[in-house]
Amino acid sequence: MKEYDVIVVGAGPAGLAAACEAYQNGAERVLVVERDKEPGGILNQCIHSGFGLHYFKEELTGPEYAGRFIDLLRATGAELLLDTMVLHVSEEKEVTMVNPRDGCFTARADAVILTMGCRERTRGAIGIPGTRPAGVFTAGMAQRYVNIEGYMVGRKVVILGSGDIGLIMARRMTLEGAKVAACVELMPYSNGLGRNIVQCLDDFGIPLYLSHTITEIRGERRVEGVVVSRVDGRGKPVPGTERFFDCDTVLLSVGLIPENELSKEAGIELDPRTKGPAVYENMETSVPGIFACGNVVHVHDLVDFVTAESRRAGAAAARFCGRADAWDPFEPAVPLENGENVGYTVPQHIRPGRIDRYAEVFFRVKRVFGDSVIEVSDGGKILSSFRRDHMAPGEMEHIVIPKRLLQNAGKITVSAKEGKRN
Amino acid sequence: MKHLICIVCPKGCHLNVDEENGCSVTGNGCPRGAEYGREELTHPTRVVTSTVKITGGAHRRCPVKTDRGIPKELVLRAMELLDGVTLTAPVRRGDVALPNVFGTGVNFVVTRDL
Amino acid sequence: MYDVTVIGCGVVGAGIACELSRHRLSVAVLEKENDVACGTTKANSAIVHAGFDPMPGTAMARLNVQGSKMMEALCGELSVEYRRIGSLVLAFGDGDLETLRELFRRGKANGVEKMELLTGAQALAMEPNLNPAVAGALYAPTAAIVNPWGLAIALIQTAVKNGARLHLNAGVNRIEEAGGFYRIGTDAGVFETRYLVNAAGTHSDEINNMAAKPFFQILPLKGEYYVLDKSQGNVVSHTIFQCPDQNGKGVLISPTVDGNLLVGPTAEPADGPDDTAVTARGLAKAAETALRSSEKINFREAIRNFSGVRAATEKDDFILGASPDAPRFVNAAAIKSPGLSAAPAIALEVCSILRDMGLPLSRKEEFIPWKKHKLFRDMTEEEQKEALRRDPLYGRVICRCETVTEGDIRRALRDPIPPGSIDGVKRRCNAGMGRCQGGFCGPRVHEILSRETGMRMEKICQDRAGSFLLTGETKTGGAEK
Repeated sequence: MKEYDVIVVGAGPAGLAAACEAYQNGAERVLVVERDKEPGGILNQCIHSGFGLHYFKEELTGPEYAGRFIDLLRATGAELLLDTMVLHVSEEKEVTMVNPRDGCFTARADAVILTMGCRERTRGAIGIPGTRPAGVFTAGMAQRYVNIEGYMVGRKVVILGSGDIGLIMARRMTLEGAKVAACVELMPYSNGLGRNIVQCLDDFGIPLYLSHTITEIRGERRVEGVVVSRVDGRGKPVPGTERFFDCDTVLLSVGLIPENELSKEAGIELDPRTKGPAVYENMETSVPGIFACGNVVHVHDLVDFVTAESRRAGAAAARFCGRADAWDPFEPAVPLENGENVGYTVPQHIRPGRIDRYAEVFFRVKRVFGDSVIEVSDGGKILSSFRRDHMAPGEMEHIVIPKRLLQNAGKITVSAKEGKRN
Repeated sequence: MKHLICIVCPKGCHLNVDEENGCSVTGNGCPRGAEYGREELTHPTRVVTSTVKITGGAHRRCPVKTDRGIPKELVLRAMELLDGVTLTAPVRRGDVALPNVFGTGVNFVVTRDL
Repeated sequence: MYDVTVIGCGVVGAGIACELSRHRLSVAVLEKENDVACGTTKANSAIVHAGFDPMPGTAMARLNVQGSKMMEALCGELSVEYRRIGSLVLAFGDGDLETLRELFRRGKANGVEKMELLTGAQALAMEPNLNPAVAGALYAPTAAIVNPWGLAIALIQTAVKNGARLHLNAGVNRIEEAGGFYRIGTDAGVFETRYLVNAAGTHSDEINNMAAKPFFQILPLKGEYYVLDKSQGNVVSHTIFQCPDQNGKGVLISPTVDGNLLVGPTAEPADGPDDTAVTARGLAKAAETALRSSEKINFREAIRNFSGVRAATEKDDFILGASPDAPRFVNAAAIKSPGLSAAPAIALEVCSILRDMGLPLSRKEEFIPWKKHKLFRDMTEEEQKEALRRDPLYGRVICRCETVTEGDIRRALRDPIPPGSIDGVKRRCNAGMGRCQGGFCGPRVHEILSRETGMRMEKICQDRAGSFLLTGETKTGGAEK
């Protein structure tokens, strides 16, 4: 059985950054396993720009951002195995995979980094009534057909969901000659970036229907139209508000779900709030030596943060290698809890002994805020607070907590409150 | 007073642009936002990303982008120009796929090695 | 000139064709869709009923029990998935308990073996996730689950392998008795046949009426379902039925042969024989009713909804027999539940009726069953190595959720009735059945189909003819707009 220091599952932005960082931090035998025929992950089909503003201080397209990390990886001594599907990761860090050239085989590593990303929520999962004609796609699948394969998926489109993927595809379809009749959003606000509302909807006069949803899809063999209704405060369709939109295509942008089959099989503890592994400050999971980063841990808005998180995981994996006694079950770890108005935090626990100066904590709020305050508390005691003038569920928030505040903490709670700090 | 969302970076600052006052901008988080606010009201531009046909590559389409913004009103016509482009692999990031769009001096460049 | 033509290639038509193909006959099957098993066969509960539900004395009762007894061996012969997991009919209260006793009596009269009446405590011991208020249950260990479209596909591929001819896209428009034979006008041309079998499902009244006087009417009855993720697949380990009450027939929960959980069906009049739309009300009703059997069902793990239409009539029995007025014409019509369970027995019965009409039945010496291919993921290590030697593309996983490889798909493409659509691949190889519902594998299956069949990407359909996925290429200079 081949042995490695680190095996990285996935060569998207998370895997690429983690692998490079692991190598640069001393891991010599690094293997990156990618199921697609080329590295780059989802970035290959994200041909629009908006990537790298934080990390490179430049605005890049998805392929350009991926290209930089692919170049970096190829400059290291890491092995990249393409067209290879990982079938199983064991708690003992044995990775079973299969490809056409080598068949089925297993390799062992001192550390494994999981970066399987996420999948899109489907029509079946949200149960849209109606017939089941062709022409209903998740936005990502349409994006793949249009951008990679070069095919149009339809001529008259209605988009469900105003998150960034839906908005980006509204523009993309329009630029390729389709008519986008509407973008329909269940919530009273859009989850996507304001800039995308402007450059994807407003620029083309595409109406955005907030607090609406598709209540029926019609069509015998191909989509012929959809019925859209307004929804009440609980998201239930209001009878009598039905409108018919003539269309031949429905694009669904209704959520992303971290893809954690492999994590579950490895016995890794998942956080039901994120649907990803519960991780420590260095992206280590509940299984010592197995790390996770990127969308598989929690769905990100900006790839720049994926890169930062993945570099952290890569560096930690390299440090873990060779130090078989690295895990100490008695090492103090402070759990983090989501308090008022906060949906989840990543990491879910912090080991103060492992931090240099501060821990970075990422979280999402449950609703839109104007002037607001983020409070970090331990029991009843407020440890620190941060002002914000705008927060939204669609924009992942980021705070830092100094080491000294963590050292004697019992349990950290992160909450969000309306109003200015007193 | 016009209210705009800045599209220069993902922050999306809410701008107020005073057309009566030489398009002075408030609400911007950085100088680029002020510039955007002024431009958006006078001569708005957009960076365009799309794909072009390519032969001999790993895929049938190659992603491209304009290396700068082009006037917003030219965007849909620029897309039509791209229909006529066929690249031949290999191409590298930065190669010019279509030079000088409508005489603007802006080029469509390749964004992926294929 | 065919000896026998079967109209309809669902599990009933395919089964009849398969049985006929054991004999020295020329057999044709006419199917209106572009693939087999596209009607009720692919949209039902996938249950092989024990046989206590139909009224004693009906053909339904007799053929259910007989078919149920034949099913395991048949599935074994064809390598189709079958698991005898047993069923429980739950009782909540005295009215239900009386219903259980009635079903038990019916079962005994119908010849169902090994049934037991259980107390609520015994039911809960067998199924800890049941509603603790369960007062009793009828346990039928002979009930089973099966892969219904897999069975239909295996039956017709066997028939074709043994000489039968399948004509797809051959919707029947006209039937004319031309003096000793029938002339059948279809979308795929005209066919001539001496004997004719009507296995046209929800359209079986229309087919009858083309050849004979109308004497029954299909009242299409829709049933809506949820399919839940495999993580819900062991909420129960038997098929769980409810007693019918004033609200309707009750809804079942069942594991599937693939390890998913099936919840449904409802029972409402459909808007026509092909109305397979799902409705918000129907789904809500199915969920609400199912939760009475077990509160542990987590509907947030639903991965798909579908609905199927039953070929019901006002009678509660199959319409199975020689046509009252058209010669050499057999109806295997109005086959609603327990149609799937009865299918193997219906096939035998139809052959028997044909023989009584004068069709000479002489068994061939050689009859080769077509066996469903084992997927790479289910092979032993040795079998996998051998498969990889034959086709290295068994090493490329196309459907991540279900671990289906390109080798599996290519193999299906070489079968007597290969898939011609994305869902055709799904029905044969399971690609696209998982939790991402084809999100990852869809475009890849599409590309494989195009490459292997030579069909252009834009011409390939999701499922039925006309359900194309793509409208053209990008960058065509506006030609496609």
